[in-house]
Amino acid sequence: MTVSRESFYGPLDDVSGDAGYTEHPERVGFFTDTSVCIGCKACEVACKEWNLLPDDGFDLLGMSFDNTGELSANSWRHVAFIEQPAPLRESAAAREADAVDLGLPSFDLPGAGTGEETRTDFRWLMSSDVCKHCTHAGCLDVCPTGALFRTEFGTVVVQDDICNGCGYCVSGCPYGVIDRREGDGRAWKCTMCYDRLSDGMEPACAKACPTDSIQFGPLDELRERARQRVATLHERGVTEARLYGEDPNDGVGGDGAFFLLLDEPEVYGLPPDPVVPTRDAGSMWARAGVAAAAFAAAAVSVFFGRSSR
Amino acid sequence: MSRSLGRVAAGDTGREQRSPGEEDFRSYYGRRVLKEPVWEWLVPAYLFAGGLSAACAELAAGADLTRRPRLRKAARLGALGGLATSMYFLIADLGRPERFHHMLRVAKPSSPMSVGTWILVAYGPGVGVAAAAELLPARLRRRWPGKLIGALARPAGLASAAVAPGVASYTAVLLSHTAVPAWNEARDRLPFVFTGSAAAAGGGFGMVCTPVDEAEPARKLAAVGAVTELVTSRQLDERLGVVSEAYRTGKAHRLRQWSEYLTAGGALGSLLAGRSRAAAVTSGLALLAGSALQRFGIFEAGVQSTKDPKYVVVPQRRRVDRGEQA
Ligand code: SF4
Ligand code: SF4
Repeated sequence: MTVSRESFYGPLDDVSGDAGYTEHPERVGFFTDTSVCIGCKACEVACKEWNLLPDDGFDLLGMSFDNTGELSANSWRHVAFIEQPAPLRESAAAREADAVDLGLPSFDLPGAGTGEETRTDFRWLMSSDVCKHCTHAGCLDVCPTGALFRTEFGTVVVQDDICNGCGYCVSGCPYGVIDRREGDGRAWKCTMCYDRLSDGMEPACAKACPTDSIQFGPLDELRERARQRVATLHERGVTEARLYGEDPNDGVGGDGAFFLLLDEPEVYGLPPDPVVPTRDAGSMWARAGVAAAAFAAAAVSVFFGRSSR
Repeated sequence: MSRSLGRVAAGDTGREQRSPGEEDFRSYYGRRVLKEPVWEWLVPAYLFAGGLSAACAELAAGADLTRRPRLRKAARLGALGGLATSMYFLIADLGRPERFHHMLRVAKPSSPMSVGTWILVAYGPGVGVAAAAELLPARLRRRWPGKLIGALARPAGLASAAVAPGVASYTAVLLSHTAVPAWNEARDRLPFVFTGSAAAAGGGFGMVCTPVDEAEPARKLAAVGAVTELVTSRQLDERLGVVSEAYRTGKAHRLRQWSEYLTAGGALGSLLAGRSRAAAVTSGLALLAGSALQRFGIFEAGVQSTKDPKYVVVPQRRRVDRGEQA
């Protein structure tokens, strides 16, 4: 194990190796393809059940079908629902749709079409959010007890018998994922089903997802598959499809759980360009050093010079 | 899709339209992106008490070397009192206070809280021994344990004074080394605000507790600290782009405005404090209060900057749109 600048920022090929594992399995992750999410929330339920998470109360939030609101200490998957005007497409179907519908009887069965021709000027985006298991995880870097650690699978997990609830990780996460559980005092978040992974099973959410919107596997494979999926969607005219968090050159060195989105990240409640605070650790300590030196110099100098005694 | 759809396209149709002139940005129903800090008033109180203790430790060591026994005594006790209260605040704010000692199972350079823990471990014993020497009843001073403490007091005080600048400044990194926009964006300036605020508090404490003829170093330290704090604190209001708004508005603004009045008043008062004990006590108290309100104000600005998605989305979106590297 060598600690270098790459340990804290930038692309890092072998996260588990960097964390000190000499032999370890491949890094695994989630590819959440939101273009096929149907908003069934099976992932939320499977996660709650498998991980025995307490409920968050039954609130009606008035935000489309989303009554979970956000990821929390008790919700480790969160399905976002966005209702919005659809982008206009320069396809044949879109031009046809411009023609005025006179409501005349037609020969088509209702619901017979499932393709592009059925699109209207309105769309629904659904996306299952989760902890990103960052390459450079803000939560992990700042944890003062070592409760948060990097697993052999390259994921980020809290040890509940170590965490003393200092809450530093909550402010260290640039995605607003991890939180302290009320009444419990400790920090909780997605473990990517560490227990299931250890037994060679896939995480509960991925297992439960009926459309394979949540795909689990070796991260390299998922990245390749995601690139192909974007290319396919672009070919089919879904030009707004984009990947979020797959780039090892981004501010957190790439996410272990990344997404295919159909709009800008902030629309889904995700930060557009998150950066791990540790990037600036060196410069922050340097500034603090200068301030400390000035403080010491001031403290010494006030005892010199003219004395009223 | 064009950006002009603004927040309407973000699924929050018809909600919370921003006033004209304000940044247009998109969000998920106007909800926060980040989690609010789980810390409460105990943490800014800790920042204040820790800074006060550090500046007192400096004054105590200087007073010891320049033979100012009354300043020395007040400052040594102030250093211990500040440290003890700050430790209480720190532990009480944990979700599991009985697991405090888990901080001591690792030393992690990437965690400012871990670094700070070890700074305090290095700082505490010296402060304790130096203060014990002041508190020892006369009859115990002649026995051997008393003599030992008396002999150790100076080196112990000097050792803690050597670590004290770290105690006063590391807390700035503690806050800045987070994703909280108002704290993170202030990372280049916060250390100076904090050490200035600490010096003003420690100097103020010395002015309150020491007769004027021994308190000259305290007055000077207070003045230097107050000016540093006033100048650098203004920069938070002006130079942090969108995030400055979190410092300039609401409760954070009110707290910091009062801090400014009190600190400026205390600094002016310290010029007269060489002649009148009443002036010294008044300005010293003003400086202490100013320093405390500064910490609470900065803390509040951070909390606000996580509640409103604007502080996260606007700067990051701008960076992406300009094609800049993170
Ligand atoms: S998303 Fe947040 S909680 Fe998850 S690994 Fe990254 S920093 Fe930690
Ligand atoms: S709350 Fe627990 S997991 Fe989070 S930083 Fe503190 S000790 Fe680590």
